[in-house]
Amino acid sequence: MAKAKTKPARFHREGMEVSIAVSHAVQLARAEAIAAYPITPQTHIVEHLSSLVADGQLEAEFINVESEHSAMSACIGMSAAGARTYTATSSQGLALMFEILFIAGAMRFPIVMTVANRALSGPLSIWNDHSDIMAARDIGWLQVFVKNGQEAFDHTVMAFKIAETPSVLLPMIVNLDGFILSHVVEALEMPDQELVDQFLPPYSPRHVLNPKAPVTMGAFAMPEIYTEVKMKHQVTLTNAAGRIQEVWDEWGQLTGRQYYPVERHLTEGAEILLLTMGTLTEVAEIAVEEMREAGLPVGLISLRQWRPFPFAALRAAVGDAKLLIVCDRALSPGGAAPPVLAEVRSAFYTQAQRPDIIGYIIGLGGRDVPPEAFKDIVAKAREEVTTGPTQEFHLYGVRG
Amino acid sequence: MSKPLEQTTWQEVELGGLLREPGSARAYRTGDWRSQHPVWTKSRCIRCGVCWTVCPEPAIIEEPGGYFDMDPNYCKGCGICAKECVTGCISMVPEEE
Repeated sequence: MAKAKTKPARFHREGMEVSIAVSHAVQLARAEAIAAYPITPQTHIVEHLSSLVADGQLEAEFINVESEHSAMSACIGMSAAGARTYTATSSQGLALMFEILFIAGAMRFPIVMTVANRALSGPLSIWNDHSDIMAARDIGWLQVFVKNGQEAFDHTVMAFKIAETPSVLLPMIVNLDGFILSHVVEALEMPDQELVDQFLPPYSPRHVLNPKAPVTMGAFAMPEIYTEVKMKHQVTLTNAAGRIQEVWDEWGQLTGRQYYPVERHLTEGAEILLLTMGTLTEVAEIAVEEMREAGLPVGLISLRQWRPFPFAALRAAVGDAKLLIVCDRALSPGGAAPPVLAEVRSAFYTQAQRPDIIGYIIGLGGRDVPPEAFKDIVAKAREEVTTGPTQEFHLYGVRG
Repeated sequence: MSKPLEQTTWQEVELGGLLREPGSARAYRTGDWRSQHPVWTKSRCIRCGVCWTVCPEPAIIEEPGGYFDMDPNYCKGCGICAKECVTGCISMVPEEE
């Protein structure tokens, strides 16, 4: 293919920590403004960016702030001034940003943020799960999950292009599993600056803070107009799905790595489907391959795009499977279901033909999830289908 | 935005609720909130301007001759001017129905 011919000049392969790879993606994207506060397990990303700026390898304003609340506030200000803006955080840091996250979305600033997913306290935990981002589900940002370092790199570069599209203009989060991904050393294919420059032109904002052409940003809205502003945000965010796929297709053409909102692994002829997000996907792939070899009709679908939620793509991927097992990495205490399960059940509620849907919460607060866990979950779910549901959802591996 | 808010559709809303017209809040008459208003007794007013300085709106207007009065469109009737007046020449009078 033509790709093989052009590849040597435009890419190189390098082993590095995934956090460092993400900071190189931000460098190659020529981010102009960064405001950040360190928090485990995200720290290496902004620490390295800070070095790149200090060493003159990235021409950007790097603002060290006193909290994540200030980090996101500074990002909004810099984006309002027309700069390509980036930040990263985790867990408690995301929680401290909370009120400002909604404002960034509502004001339509195309800020790109990496969230190295980590459990929320308490009890205090520095390890991975998705409770941080699921608590910030409704902030009105575009959100994707990645399963390995290459995807973390690719989606960071692509996020700027998606977010800055004039018909989109929304902030975007790339979720990557803290430690499990952020601190892992992986061999990655890195494009050269020229390729990224061709792919990602400079940001041209629709409106900037400019005393010569004054506008009011972030004004208060009376009850007569608040609903209309929200409707516009909702429609724009939902419609961004088309643009997301366009950008992913373009990147696929350049790199040979093609992404979709819902991805499939061994789903052909599968009667039982596991659904995962983030790094659980690669572990589940191993389990599914082994179950297939053992003759079980099991397949895997993984949810890459979380907001906007890909309803149609999910239904298409599930097809006529009989059993769908949804794996969440967060709990919604006292709720109907953990966040992903609730969304998936909603997606099928109106469908005449739908699979049995069973939910498992796994890997909370950094608990290891080996391939055997998925085999065990499949066995338990098959049993539950015959006996009838015992609970709304299950906390896998909980003692007692 | 040329259209009144209550007639604006979601498609017509500016990006991120942006406002192009400066000072559009002026159209919102906060004086409607008032249940009482300040009245100056000119014979005791020394024209020091403390009321004008402390008014948070600002909704106190300096008149020819250096005396002061409220701007009825924006005075909320908070009474800070009456409280701070050096000579006690401002009294708060209930609004009439």
